[in-house]
Amino acid sequence: MPPVLSVKDLSVSMNGTKGMVPVLEHLSFDVAQGKTMALVGESGCGKSMTALAIMQLLPEDFRVTSGSILLDGVEVLSASPKELRSLRGDKMSMIFQEPMTALNPLYTVGDQIGEVLRQHRGLSRRDAHAQAIQFLKAVQIPAADKRVDAYPHQLSGGMRQRVMIAMALACKPKLLIADEPTTALDVTVQAQIFDLLSELQDDTDTAIVLITHDLGAVAELADDVAVLYAGRCIEQGTAHEVIARARHPYTRGLMACVPHLQLGRMSNHASAELDEIPGMVPPLGARGPDCAFLPRCAFAGAICRAQPQPPLDRIDAGAAVSCWRHQEITP
Amino acid sequence: MNLALHILRQVANAVGLLIAVLVLNFCLIHAAPGDPALVIAGEMGGASADVIAALRVKYGLDKSLLEQLFTYLGSVATGDFGYSYYFNAPVTGLIAQRIPATLYLVLSALAISVVIGTLLGVVSARKPNGLFSQGVTIISLAGYAAPVFWTGLMLLLLFGSVWPILPVTGMTDVARPKVGFAHVVDILQHLVLPATTLALVFIAQYSRLARVNMIDALTADYVRTARAKGLPEFIVIGKHALRNTLIPIVTVAGLQFGHLFAGAVLVETVFSWPGMGRLVFESILRRDYPTLLAVLFFSAVLVMAANIITDLVYRLVDPRIRSGAR
Repeated sequence: MPPVLSVKDLSVSMNGTKGMVPVLEHLSFDVAQGKTMALVGESGCGKSMTALAIMQLLPEDFRVTSGSILLDGVEVLSASPKELRSLRGDKMSMIFQEPMTALNPLYTVGDQIGEVLRQHRGLSRRDAHAQAIQFLKAVQIPAADKRVDAYPHQLSGGMRQRVMIAMALACKPKLLIADEPTTALDVTVQAQIFDLLSELQDDTDTAIVLITHDLGAVAELADDVAVLYAGRCIEQGTAHEVIARARHPYTRGLMACVPHLQLGRMSNHASAELDEIPGMVPPLGARGPDCAFLPRCAFAGAICRAQPQPPLDRIDAGAAVSCWRHQEITP
Repeated sequence: MNLALHILRQVANAVGLLIAVLVLNFCLIHAAPGDPALVIAGEMGGASADVIAALRVKYGLDKSLLEQLFTYLGSVATGDFGYSYYFNAPVTGLIAQRIPATLYLVLSALAISVVIGTLLGVVSARKPNGLFSQGVTIISLAGYAAPVFWTGLMLLLLFGSVWPILPVTGMTDVARPKVGFAHVVDILQHLVLPATTLALVFIAQYSRLARVNMIDALTADYVRTARAKGLPEFIVIGKHALRNTLIPIVTVAGLQFGHLFAGAVLVETVFSWPGMGRLVFESILRRDYPTLLAVLFFSAVLVMAANIITDLVYRLVDPRIRSGAR
């Protein structure tokens, strides 16, 4: 079966004062029905831009400069505005990072969920309202028949994100993009939202692109992972493989930054220090052909400085990495 | 109910303020130089000291200021605003005659400026650096900068003599009085120029305000959500962005009601519009205190009513205020 979403060689640039600046370079990945693809990386690595490029909702100064995005066999990049409108909210939908601001404060949540159904399914106001209650129940909002007439400010952050999920899934889309859906939420609520997403995915068989820097969530939810750094994919593979045997120094750095807590066991050290990756992601426009991670890499050698960043090298069916020294440094 | 209680509280506040307005205006006017008895005597073509003294007694001007104030407040409480020395008629009747004309003028100017201003602002926000947007900015700044009486005079010249298609004075065609629907049309025709003149000043402000807030709203997350839902652009803008843009406009419209009255004084004078603005102008010139005080009082009443209405509209537009969550 062909994948629901097939991104090939996608590049996005920003039209800045100094001309076109690459934001995202040659990204490729597929997501099959019912599967979850996680895009991982620090802030500013191009994760959200990937999502917005798929939705064709890039900010004004950003352009897709090459590549192809096939959604269920339809080329999104060449779709007319009208075709895009019929895809958005129906075939593909998106959950945003900030449930506080992503909902319109002036309309009830029922109206905002029903709007999607009225638009894509041609439901009447009354039917859409009734359906909205059903969706609120599906995302486990208690007293859904009352909450449907609540305004966003009357709901907690977790509830609002549930409303966003209900809205995104109202038309049973083939593809759901979740852009850091739990970053703005409490830790306990985060787990609930991830559980909810995975339950709903089991029911609807939706393909999910999960953008996150929560590697715990990746381990739990994702089937595949692409690690982005400075707009380039530096490691890609099955979630199991990448988490168990991270090859790229950056991925390994990210893994080392995750706090591990084991119940019933005291740490050997009085205070175990959490690792960090020194330095910062190079800003837009300051990215040359060299490996973008070079200045921060503890393993950088002569070859890294002499050669441009290597393309993704497929190691086996489950993993690909873009690093000159991955063979030497992989444990 | 919560809302009824809220309105009641607002009205009670307004009544307190109105009493303060009465007292303050009374004191202010009596502090101003000029003696109404002398003005009346002047109108009569001169009078002896005896006649002037008699006039003072007749109008209670010989009593102490405090006594005059309490007499005045007492009669206002019974709805009696005194007797106009200049118009030679009860003030209450004068005001009742003039209020409708001013309301027509002020409300239509408000409607024109809010609707056109918002529309211009919304359209220019779509391409903030486009030609249309720049044009709107220039024209609205010019409209804002031009004094209202000058704009009025220019329109009067243009439509009164150069291109006479609209009536330029009064509220109705005195030479050919009309009845029924024709009367309404007649008033509307007379209303066009004064209302436009008054609106021009405010269109500038509303278009600037709408433009800024619309630009803001268009980059808001909920607008991106609306687009991600696949909604057509007219719903994204007309429903999701516009309503958020309207909140500050409602606020400003309420606050500016007083400015509209101030503008109306000049516009009514230029176009001989028979409203309260002209009454205020004439009563200041004639030192007609009872009329002046009453006009000021009723302007205050209208401004406060506008504020209460603004507050209600505000609640209608923004649910966050309804539940007191902000």
